[in-house]
Amino acid sequence: MALSIVHRATGVALYFGTLLLAWWLIAAASGPTAYAHVQAFTGSIIGRLIVFGYTWSLLHHLLSGLRHFVWDLGYGFKANEREALTWGALIGGISLTVLVWIVAYTIGGGR
Amino acid sequence: MSAPNSPSMRTPLARVRNLGASHSGTKDFWRQRLTAVAMTLLIVPVIVIVLMLLGRNQAGAAQILGSMPIAIVLLLFIIASCWHMKIGMQVVIEDYVHGEKVKLASVMANNFFCIAVALASIYAILKLSSGV
Repeated sequence: MALSIVHRATGVALYFGTLLLAWWLIAAASGPTAYAHVQAFTGSIIGRLIVFGYTWSLLHHLLSGLRHFVWDLGYGFKANEREALTWGALIGGISLTVLVWIVAYTIGGGR
Repeated sequence: MSAPNSPSMRTPLARVRNLGASHSGTKDFWRQRLTAVAMTLLIVPVIVIVLMLLGRNQAGAAQILGSMPIAIVLLLFIIASCWHMKIGMQVVIEDYVHGEKVKLASVMANNFFCIAVALASIYAILKLSSGV
């Protein structure tokens, strides 16, 4: 599995995605008009796709990073262990992303 | 012993000790892990905070973001993430950018970007907390 490049790619995506988080906080501190602009963007199809991609990048990078942490501690180097950690990060990242979005829509984020 | 025509009187060991290829030793390696663990601990509260804000207007969002425990969690997460992404992007730059001048400019731009994002976000949260 060549997943280390995905770890790096999601890291770079999160780097620029942080601009969205900063924009959202600044808008909340600025006032109703600025906040409405953010909501219009994140509510649009393209905005939702970007935020969905950001959610997956974040959760994948988190789990993939924990995999590196296991290796830093000196465990999980056998071939089957490496495979299990990598598939766990991949499947876990996708599953958690879907779970977060189901919760988001359930509590009214889809409005 | 150093190379015969080297102008330095320091031994190779003295020059490399605590530094290595990154010229900054293992500090960044440690801080990368430190901030990673911090964010792992903070990720669940941060996701809960974002979910709490969905569908609310600015007044509702500002009220939640201005409360003390939420502001502190977000401040910790922003500091950890901006520090983490500064180190991570520097590694990427050092891996892929080979021209020394372009590399220095890229590393500098990376620092400016991360510090600007961090300070803008921190300022926004403090402003929300003080209710100005």
